[in-house]
Amino acid sequence: MVSGIVTGVLLVLFLAGWAWAWHPARKKDFDAAARLPLNDDEENRK
Amino acid sequence: MAEASFYNDKVVRQFAVMTVVWGIVGMAVGVLIAAQLYWPALNFDLPWLSFGRLRPLHTNAVIFAFGGCALFATSLHVVQRTCHVRLLSDGLASFVFWGWQLVILSAAISLPLGYTQGKEYAELEWPIDIVIAVVWVAYAVLFFGTIMKRRVKHIYVANWFFGAFIIAVALLHIVNSIAIPVGAMKSYSVYGGAVDAMVQWWYGHNAVGFFLTAGFLGMMYYYIPKQAGRPVYSYRLSVVHFWALIAVYMWAGPHHLHYTALPDWAQSLGMVFSLVLLAPSWGGAINGILTLSGVWHKLRTDPILKFLIVSLSFYMMSTFEGPMMSIKTVNSLSHYTDWTIGHVHSGALGWVAMVSIGSIYMLLPRVLGLKQMYSTPWIDAHFWVHTIGVVFYIASMWIAGVMQGLMWRATNADGTLTYSFVESLNVTYPYYLVRLGGGVLVLAGMVLMAVNVWKTYQLAKSPVPQPVLPPDASQARG
Repeated sequence: MVSGIVTGVLLVLFLAGWAWAWHPARKKDFDAAARLPLNDDEENRK
Repeated sequence: MAEASFYNDKVVRQFAVMTVVWGIVGMAVGVLIAAQLYWPALNFDLPWLSFGRLRPLHTNAVIFAFGGCALFATSLHVVQRTCHVRLLSDGLASFVFWGWQLVILSAAISLPLGYTQGKEYAELEWPIDIVIAVVWVAYAVLFFGTIMKRRVKHIYVANWFFGAFIIAVALLHIVNSIAIPVGAMKSYSVYGGAVDAMVQWWYGHNAVGFFLTAGFLGMMYYYIPKQAGRPVYSYRLSVVHFWALIAVYMWAGPHHLHYTALPDWAQSLGMVFSLVLLAPSWGGAINGILTLSGVWHKLRTDPILKFLIVSLSFYMMSTFEGPMMSIKTVNSLSHYTDWTIGHVHSGALGWVAMVSIGSIYMLLPRVLGLKQMYSTPWIDAHFWVHTIGVVFYIASMWIAGVMQGLMWRATNADGTLTYSFVESLNVTYPYYLVRLGGGVLVLAGMVLMAVNVWKTYQLAKSPVPQPVLPPDASQARG
């Protein structure tokens, strides 16, 4: 019983995390964040 | 305050050089004990050269000295560059460097002398454990303090992995090392029996998950995009990767204790979580590899990218193999055999060492004010020597291990064992020579790396401090 509930809660948490990460509202921020390693020295600066 | 406008690359250089030095030392000890298994006379009947004392010296040196220095060098490099700020404190950085070297030296002296807590990967006695805890907390303050004064809004994903590694290792080390001292170099664990075993392997497996995986994934998320010149394939996948990996790893430890006095339900729990681990492990590795989409041709000409990408191939191999070996029926064949040694080295030499070596080849010239290492062809030669060495090593141990497992479980019709132990040892013997050959190749590659590093230093003369760059306006913190 308890293990079933815990499994269910963990599954929902995982799906919620996935939905959060894939939400279109976050795309712009994530794209900017992904460029952080590329913008940290002179040669790659635009 | 002029200092604050330059990065602290001194500590990065120190740790990068010591990565190579300790890599050679740790792997040389590994080669010696591999040779002892083939030529037992090589222990010279000296207690401090016996296999039982040198084996923990080898594991401590390659994991905590070689791997540890690589993690310190890269994390302190990455956190400054992606936060656009100098390290929190130069004094603290020096303390972490010299403190860690002291820990390594203490291990190198105390382990051959026979001082041990008898816990695998946590052998060091209580006074050294206390030094480790102090240095580690100083490292945490240095790393998180630097993140707190960052000049960009976002904390880049590599820093999340480094951060998880730092917090988890502090927790693991302190909990597993709690002991009652009964002398200057003698103590007893506060845990007993099956609980002691469970705490030890909760520590042991998370040492794999956090020390040998999370921190090196931090390297992957910075150095692969940097070297490929492209952002990571999917940033949102990296977020899911992070949380899934750290949530699942914590529960996989019991698979080290299958068919022991540990309760059966705990063994099954460990097995299930180990199987689930395949998903985040492969998800993350695919994210790293697909970062090369559109620039695959670079893999042909850039040996540093070869190191980084092939490390991920070995990571995927060993994170497939690991869950498979955690299945109880498979484990009944593989446990206590050389298959485990093969598996560990596929992860350690294939994944951990290759991603570290690639990252060091990349960061060292940058923190010396150079464009590249002294010799790129030497890096390519190192790549091939290392890769061939690893393949020899793991293939020989797979064959030896499966063979041992099959021989140990074989029974005659009347229930007696078909083979004695020494018969299985006899057929394993030639594979120990092949493994030694693989180890020698890997060590030779590290020596070539050391020469390359030496020559690169000669080119650099005195490195110019690099100014802290202002962050891109869109990412700047208000």
